[in-house]
Amino acid sequence: MTAPEGAALPPALPAAPSAASPTASPPLARSPAHGGLLRSASVRFGVIYAVLFGVSAISLAAFLWWSTAGLLERQVEDLITADSAGLAERYDEGGPQALLDTIAERVAGNVDDDSLYLLVDPSYHRLAGNLEYWPHNLTLDEEWRDLPIERAGIASLARVHYFELAGGLHILVGRDIQNRSSMRELLADGMLWAAAIALALGSIGAWAVRGLFRSTIADVSATAAAVSSGDLSRRVRVAGSEDEFDLLAISINDMLDRIGRLMEGVKQVSNAIAHDLRTPIARARTRLEDVARHAGSEAELRFGIDRAMGDLDGVVAVFQALLRIAEIEAGARRSAFVPLDLAPLLMDLAELYEAVADERGMTLETDIPESLPAFGDREMIQQAVANLLDNALKFSPKGGRIRLRAISPGGQGPRETGAETRGDVVQIEVIDEGPGIPEADRAHATDRFFRGEQARSTPGSGLGLSLVLAVGQLHGGSVALLDAAPGLHVVLSLGGAPDQGATAL
Amino acid sequence: MRVLVVEDDKDVAGFVVKGLREAGHVVEHTGNGRDGLFMAASENFDAIVLDRMLPGGVDGLKLLETLRAQNNHTPVLFLSAMAQVDDRVRGLKAGGDDYMTKPFAFAELLARVEALTRRGKTDAPTTRLVVADLEMDLLSRSVRRAAQKIDLQPREFRLLEFLMRHAGQVVTRTMLLEGVWDYHFDPQTNVIDVHVSRLRQKVDKPFPTPLIHTIRNAGYMLRVEEP
Repeated sequence: MTAPEGAALPPALPAAPSAASPTASPPLARSPAHGGLLRSASVRFGVIYAVLFGVSAISLAAFLWWSTAGLLERQVEDLITADSAGLAERYDEGGPQALLDTIAERVAGNVDDDSLYLLVDPSYHRLAGNLEYWPHNLTLDEEWRDLPIERAGIASLARVHYFELAGGLHILVGRDIQNRSSMRELLADGMLWAAAIALALGSIGAWAVRGLFRSTIADVSATAAAVSSGDLSRRVRVAGSEDEFDLLAISINDMLDRIGRLMEGVKQVSNAIAHDLRTPIARARTRLEDVARHAGSEAELRFGIDRAMGDLDGVVAVFQALLRIAEIEAGARRSAFVPLDLAPLLMDLAELYEAVADERGMTLETDIPESLPAFGDREMIQQAVANLLDNALKFSPKGGRIRLRAISPGGQGPRETGAETRGDVVQIEVIDEGPGIPEADRAHATDRFFRGEQARSTPGSGLGLSLVLAVGQLHGGSVALLDAAPGLHVVLSLGGAPDQGATAL
Repeated sequence: MRVLVVEDDKDVAGFVVKGLREAGHVVEHTGNGRDGLFMAASENFDAIVLDRMLPGGVDGLKLLETLRAQNNHTPVLFLSAMAQVDDRVRGLKAGGDDYMTKPFAFAELLARVEALTRRGKTDAPTTRLVVADLEMDLLSRSVRRAAQKIDLQPREFRLLEFLMRHAGQVVTRTMLLEGVWDYHFDPQTNVIDVHVSRLRQKVDKPFPTPLIHTIRNAGYMLRVEEP
């Protein structure tokens, strides 16, 4: 419909001049002005609209024309044919006299004065009818024709049918179609006007479509431009009409939120590497230098190196945990989600840690239903719950009680929703009787490398709860830290919105 | 035992080769994938230690896939810096028997390589495991030592089974965690030690000679004490 892009149009200019301008203002949304109007999608949409509008207007006009002018013409011919047949019949039945009478009768009875008759003898002398003479330019090889006539001094136009009767008589039967042809002209005039109006309306419509399109896209485009130039706080305006453009805007905003969170994560990790990893690395280095300079015996040297290796293993473990959290937050693991039963998974973990609790003089109590259907990543959930149990064991006093509970508020047993079984929301709770986390620290407890006052003296990296939170969020859930008075009550919620990223359009 | 090490990092390769030789193995080494594939396909090895990222146009995955396509079932241990869960899954899917991430402790690598070669030999399903006077019947799921019945919890049974299947080899804590519990993360607490110590209470404590030994800086080993 339009010319192939790029073929007829000059290539785009290398760079918009605004990009090189020294002003510090943020770059505006890129304009597709270079390289021809048709390169602009908004203009293209406008043109498509105009062409569609024009084609439908023309089709409508053609149909009207055919059904009015054409119909009238066919009606006239039908009338003449019927008239002719009637006259021929009269002639066959009653001979020339009957024909003459009939013609005279019909001429007299024709109120509208539009019927034309002319009967001539073989030498073309008028016998009857309301035409003066046999038209001299009438050739005998055509039965139908449009004939200019003159009646009572007024020029007119007639549609006539000519035929020959037995006995050498010629007859013309016709209708004055002057009125009809002037109506045709009127119709044609009307059509022309309509076409002009259609053209005008089409152009206005095209312009409006282009404007609408451009204004809707402009905000998205401007936001994307602002974001790509570094302003991550910009969002696309949502009109609130919940139409397709709103859904697009919401999707884009969700995407920008996610990018923002990832950027924040990257920033946190680089800060962490700058501060929190430097310390253990420095410690390992110091130890190595110390034994290199001061070790008096091989045993001392070995001991020092072993301890430095231990420090480095700690650094590696922190790296591993950081990367694991980043991996989870990137959401790549969501493709590995499967329907699974959390009950045996939790029982296995409880069994693993129960022995440790026992050894440390603590008790680990479980309250887990028979079956806990969920949809998620087995390994990630295992690791998150293991982290919670690790923490509980680490901070609980001797003789303390640790509780591992799980509930599925949506009900028990698997639930069929649509084609596949999706798990319900599942809450996994770990409650200890340790010192807990002070109210003021709770908001930061899931930050990477955050370590509360109480935790400073215990080994650990400050990444455990960050991972738990990441796992919770990966599963469309959350982590809540509550006061068990005394102790910490962690609620890890999984499920509910397994795929928060997908918005159906 | 003949081991092929395909690793392009000179330091890591030297360290691995030296360590394996010290442990009494015959080691061949190459630094690129093409030669590695050629050697693995044309010679007989008991195990291959394989890096993922290799120069020479053939990376570790490709090498392994080609080898497996030729119906070569030499046990392969991946040793890679690619540590994501997906990387491990991909490595195992390509036909790898084990996957270790760098950095690593040599004791762990040695234990896993030796466990692999054992696995290759005992393919036939066994119904009975015997180490010294300790007997395990895998069908009736019962354990006896010196004709005395030992009652074990299901998990203790699997732990002992794993140790008995690798009798005479070092088994690391990570191997136990993966092999017995199927966990692929490192708990911060000494969960494995506690479980092994519980097992010892039942298997070793009532008897004059211990069978489960702690190997310092490495893990555990089930074996008959040398007189």
